Order: sequence, then C-alpha cells, then structure tokens
Amino acid sequence: MATTLTVNGTEHAIDLPDDVPLLWVLRDALSLTGTKYGCGVAACGACTVQIEGQAVRSCQVALGDVWGAVTTIEGLGTPAALHRLQAAWIEHQVAQCGYCQSGQIMQAASLLAENPAPTDDEIDAAMAGNLCRCGTYPRIRAAIKSAVEGA
Amino acid sequence: MTLKTSRRAFLRGASAAVATLVVGLDPRGAWAAGHGGDLVPNPFVRIGADGSVTVIAKHFEMGQGTTTGLASLLAEELDADWEQVRVEFAPANTQLYVNTLFGVQGTGGSTALANSFMQYREAGAAARSLLVQAAAAEWGVPAAEITVANGVVSHGDKNAGFGDLVGRVPADAQPDVVVKTPAQFALIGRDKLPRKDSAAKTDGTATFAMDVMPEGVIFAVIAHAPKFGGTVVSFDATEALAMPGVIDVKQVPMGVAVYAENTWAAMMARDAVQIEWDFSNAETRSMDAMEAEYAAAMDQPGLPARADGGTDDALGAAASTIEAEFHFPFLAHAPMETLNCVVQIKDGKVQVWDGSQFQTVTQGAVGAVSGVGPENVAIETVYAGGSFGRRANFTSDYEVEATFAAQALGTDRPVKLVWTREDDIRGGYYRPMTRHRIRAGVDADGKLTGWHSTIANKSIFTGTPMEAMAVNGGVDHFSVEGVVDTEYALPAMQVDLHNMQSAVPVLWWRSVGHSHSGYAMEVAIDMAAEAAGRDPVEFRRELLANAPRSLGVLNLVAEKADWGAPLPAGWGRGVAVHKSFNTYVAEVAEVSTDAEGRVKLERFVAAVDLGVAVNPDVIRAQVEGSIGYGLGHVMRQKITFTEGEVDQSNFPDYEPLRIADMPRVEVHIVPSTEAPTGIGEPGLPPAGPALANAIYAATGKRVMRLPMVDDGIVFA
Repeated sequence: MATTLTVNGTEHAIDLPDDVPLLWVLRDALSLTGTKYGCGVAACGACTVQIEGQAVRSCQVALGDVWGAVTTIEGLGTPAALHRLQAAWIEHQVAQCGYCQSGQIMQAASLLAENPAPTDDEIDAAMAGNLCRCGTYPRIRAAIKSAVEGA
Repeated sequence: MTLKTSRRAFLRGASAAVATLVVGLDPRGAWAAGHGGDLVPNPFVRIGADGSVTVIAKHFEMGQGTTTGLASLLAEELDADWEQVRVEFAPANTQLYVNTLFGVQGTGGSTALANSFMQYREAGAAARSLLVQAAAAEWGVPAAEITVANGVVSHGDKNAGFGDLVGRVPADAQPDVVVKTPAQFALIGRDKLPRKDSAAKTDGTATFAMDVMPEGVIFAVIAHAPKFGGTVVSFDATEALAMPGVIDVKQVPMGVAVYAENTWAAMMARDAVQIEWDFSNAETRSMDAMEAEYAAAMDQPGLPARADGGTDDALGAAASTIEAEFHFPFLAHAPMETLNCVVQIKDGKVQVWDGSQFQTVTQGAVGAVSGVGPENVAIETVYAGGSFGRRANFTSDYEVEATFAAQALGTDRPVKLVWTREDDIRGGYYRPMTRHRIRAGVDADGKLTGWHSTIANKSIFTGTPMEAMAVNGGVDHFSVEGVVDTEYALPAMQVDLHNMQSAVPVLWWRSVGHSHSGYAMEVAIDMAAEAAGRDPVEFRRELLANAPRSLGVLNLVAEKADWGAPLPAGWGRGVAVHKSFNTYVAEVAEVSTDAEGRVKLERFVAAVDLGVAVNPDVIRAQVEGSIGYGLGHVMRQKITFTEGEVDQSNFPDYEPLRIADMPRVEVHIVPSTEAPTGIGEPGLPPAGPALANAIYAATGKRVMRLPMVDDGIVFA
C-alpha cells in the first residue's frame, strides 16, 4: 500500500513498508541523495532534514510516522537561488569532504528559523548533534554568524 | 594545407563533429581526443570549443582540496580564467596518472601537490603554448608577441577566447613549455581562490560513491566475523529471505552477503541471518593481554632503528634524567561516508564506482578476484566523504568485498556494497596500538646529554606488497618516523623497535607514525626542558639551531601566540613543533580549567612552512581540520578489544570531536619559494602534544596514556 509523502513541495506515492526510515526512502526510492547516511542511530546528524520546518534525524523517523511536509537540502535552495546559509557556506569555504554539510546546513537553517540572532554558545548548542570528521567547525560557526549578520 | 583549410572551415562556424574529423586527419593525432572537437594537449587538460577548461585530476578528493590545487597549478600556467575551469577525476590508468612519488596511481602521504607541482604546471604551459601558436598562425604575428591573461589570448587589438582557438592549432605545432617564476603567479598563492567543490558540496548535488545508484542496482551488506580472522562455518538465512525486499543471501570469503532492493532492507535482513563462526585462527585476546605483551617485549632488547652510540654512558652521567612511557590506542579512521562502492561485472569487464584512493591497487585486486585482469577493470572515481587513509589499503578490502558479492550472486547487475557505521568502527585497518618509552638525560648546565626511545607496535608495511619500500632490517620506517629522523639535535640517540604480532589489521591513519611519535617526542622534550629548568620554547630553539625551517615555524608561532604573555589563573599554554611529510608545523595551545579542574580548549595558534602555498585558504582549512581530528582522538577516542571483539560500534562509543569542543584556531603560513610539500596530515602531530603541554602548564598533570580521558582528564 503506497504512502503519500510531500518532499520539497512535490507529492510522492511511496511503495515501501511503513517502518522504513525516511532517510532510505529519500535516498533509495526518491534519489534525493543530498541527505546522507552517517550512523543510523541519530548520533551524527548527516541525515538531518526538516519536517514542517523542524530539524529531524531522518534515520529515526519511520515513513509511516512522517507528520508533515519534508524539506531536504535539494529543497532548501537551488544552485541558481541559494539559501543565505548556503551562500555563506560557499563564501567561507566550509566544506572539505562535504559529506556532513547537507545535515549541517539543514540544522543551521532550523536554528535560524527559530532564533534569528543566536549567540556563539547557542550556535554550538544547536549544532552539537552534527558531526564533522574533517573539523570544519570554526567555519560552520563563521558561516552561520555571517548569515545572521547578512540577514 | 588541406588540413589548415579544414580547420579554417571549422572556425567559420562548422560543428564540433567537423572538428573531430579534422583531428582525425592529423597523422599524429596529437592535438585532439577525437571527440567533441576538444583540444587535448596532454592527459591533464581538455579545452572545449565552448571555452571551458577541464582539468583532469589524477588524485581523488576526500576534502583535502586537491582538485582545487591541481586546477590552480594548471590554470596558472595556462593563464585561464578561474571561472572557466572545471575539474574531472581521471580514469584508472597508471601509465598516465601515476603518483610519481609512489609508482602507482594513488593518493596519500600528503604527496598530491608535491608530486604534481611541475607536472600540472607544465601541462598548463604546454596547452597555453599551443593556443598561442594557433593565434599566431591565425593572425600572422610572431608567437612571442602574443599575451594570454584571464582566458583571453591577445595581440594588439586582436583578442580570442580559448574556445575560438581550439580548432586552429597547427598540426605541426610543438608545445614550448616555459613555466612562470613565482613572482609571476596570479592564481598560485591567491588568498581565497574559490574551491572547485564548494558549490556542489553545499547544495546537495556532489556525487559520492554512496550516491551512485545505476539502473538495476542491487544493494548489499556483508555480515563480517565479529573477531578478526574468523571464518564462516555455516549460516541459516531462512528468516532473512522471507523479509520484504530481500533478493538473496550468499556466502563470501569474508562473511555472508545479503542482497536487497534497498539499503534498509539489506541491513535489516543481515540482522536476521544466523551465522556460526570458526574463531580458531582469530584474534581472541582482550586489552590486558595485549598490553602485557607490549610491556614484556619492551623490557627485552629491540631492533636497532638508530644507534648513535654512547647512550648508556650519557644517561648514566647525566645530572638528572627523565623517564616517560606513553600508551597510544588503536584508532579507527571513521570517515563520515562509510566505506562503500558499486561494482558491475559484465561481459568480461568490471566497472567500479568508488571514492577511489588507490586506483592501481584496486584495479589489480578486483581484476584478480573477478578473473578479468586489471586491464579490464575500469574505475570511475567520485568524491570521497573523508578517508584519513582508510580508503587506501594494500588489499582494497571493500572493493574486493563488493566484487566477491557481485560474483557470488552471479549477476551482471551493478551491486552496491554499503558498510554500516558499525562495520566501519569494527572493520579494522586501525592506527596500530603503540607504546613509546623515553629516557633522556640533562647535565648540570641544562643541556641534553642522551636520548633513548623504545617503541612497540605492529608494523603497517611488513607482509604487504609494499614492504620493500618501508622495511629495512625488520624496522618499518613508519613505526619509528618522527623519532629516528627528529629535527632536534639530540646527542647520543638510540631508538629501538619491537614488532608486535596480532590478527588485527593495521594501516596508515592520518599522519601515520607521526600520529604517535609527535606526541611522545614533544611531551618528552617538554619534560626535558622542565628538568633542565628552561622555558619550553627556548629549550627547543637551542636544539633546532641547525634546523632553520623548524626553527622558523617555532619562532613564528611563539610570536603570534604571545608566548610568555601572562594568562588568567587556571589557564595554561603549551607548545609543540614537528616535521612530517617534509612540512614544518608548530602549534601553541591554550586551555582553561574551571573550579572542578575540567579542561576547556580555548585557542590554537599554528605556524606552517610547506614551501609555496598554492591555495592558502585550503592550507588553513587543512590545518584547522587536522587539529580538530587530532584533538578529538587524543581527548577521548580509542578502539579496544574484549576476547577479540571490538568494544566500540558507533559514534556514541567512539565519540569524535564536536563543535563545542573545537577551540578557536589561527593559522599562519611562512612565505616561501621552496617546492610545495603536503598539508593534509602535518597539522595533526603537534596538536595532541601542544594540548598535553598546555594541560600540564594549567594543572601539573602529564598525560601519558591516551585517550586523555583514560588518564584522568575531564573536559568541560
């Protein structure tokens, strides 16, 4: 039985069991591969997407439990019309390997939506669940701050 | 003459197909690839009729910025407009794309820019020369009077873009390769040249191997033995095969492969397979036994790795001696993208999609396992989500697993093998567990008199196809690097090595031997400075008097970090300087402590000398990242064993550095015209000891057992 899922403004009929995590629905069924697998246990944040604007770990949300419209990195901005955080990420050359950055940006976007002017400590607290093995943390901080200042 | 007319016909607006034909007429086939009308002066660059410049990267990109670096080198000498430059990964072809420092096509050892520096510049200069000759012929002017800048070829009032000239290169043109002097560099050294991979890695469009899903792909995971060296006796897949989306379950040499229509189904079904293992040849020890073996070995004479002579006498006559024993745990690389690749075996050929770090080795290994031979293995290299050394190994372990998996299923569909995070943390090829015991003597004048290092670990290279390049007289250079070749003028130095045995596979891990030797040496030097009653920077300066580049970074970091300036109560400052991969790095750490003695990392200042700084912002990023990667591991990461099974399984129990742990980092680059060396690794070795020395300054505690949390350090 197909489940209806709205992702980046488009409705999809998904023919997968209800217990399949949203992460794998996005990647394997919808080919929205910007959302990454990193740990499968909500410990790294690489799979972060938004449901109704709230950042969630898509590896922990079963298809049957998705409660609203999903936004992924592909829907946050487009190469032609970047979200201000994406523009800041490019300006600060944040990405190294880049694998975690979709999740970082989705988490940061959720932070700024809730708190338009976070302090340094609030940035660290909001981003604490998002790992970057390359150690781009100083640039993540700088990019978020510059997106705040440029807003 | 006919040829020239045809080329002119193309200039008047003929299609790219005509240009291809023209090229086909060239008896040497020299100036085109025969497709799309592109100018292909050499294997490293392709210039399109649309003016695009495509640099072919022989090195993979794991985040270290090499694609930007290679493009910078080539575009510099081509005088291309940076905006018109794009990068593609080279196919697997050892002949064309060898790493000249390795002899195989592969990336590692911080060699990418070092081995490519002249090659990619000369390739750019050759291409530029052909475009200039094309313009000279077209305009009837001397080539020497033509200038090229920002992608425009000019003479007087005549201008042409690269694309305009692509079809006009005279058939008899020979590239005149003249490279610039450093004073002429426009792109090399530009402070914030935009990275070529930033946009794709910010909008979700960058393709990693994990994202490669060709038509008809089958998803596979493998159940590996829970102890290294274990093998399958039998398995029962009844329950797994009944699960939705599951295609099949097959035995492979390293375990049991589970195939499904999506990744999740494969992962779930793997948990349902019942497997009986044979552990008769497996590693079955726990940490206590392993550590006891190291301790016992180190009380026996070791293999001489360096013996200057007179060490015992020097230590015996010293006014005071220091003794220190350091313990370094096994460490997993744990890149954010777990190991994975796609393999398709079809019609006697194998296609591999991979964040491939060691293309030649993988071609050989996959060619052997599949039986098609290396010449029939094609590799499409895509972005790698980190590596830190893990994706390059002697056996191409995960590419070989994927090949076995495809073979066992007997399919010609592409098979995508995915390692879970648990597979990754428990998958071996670790930084070897290592011990250093150091004895050093100081005389009454505060001078070192002698130095004795004893090192125990498992050799990375022994027993591998690359043994001969690293192992001499039983001494693996990568077990003792950073000690035997220390920059310090240490008198009466002796270094002994003990080769430990284990079924646990070990591998180079970001900075290899320097990941432990830098820590042991730099903490012990601090202890010697204290025994000598000397300031840590002053003491080092004296020992580096004849090592100008190490001395240079030490002096620069001391200046930039205000060494010696007062700090608030409870704060401490520590210094470390270490050369690795021919790059010189010094770092100063500042920490604070709170009322409970918890340590907070406040600030790191780094000074680096890596010769010509090709991409300064990439260099700063690599040093920032190396410091972060190094710090997380010395603070709290380790791999341990209980009866042969790895105790850790995922990030909650192999907890990396998180954003709140990260100190502020400043990176200073020494201006230099020396040939460039690498920067992917050298920022790491000084990070741990600088932190340790800062903690000592703040708390009086010498941290000799890593991770630091195992030695009583609590972080805020």
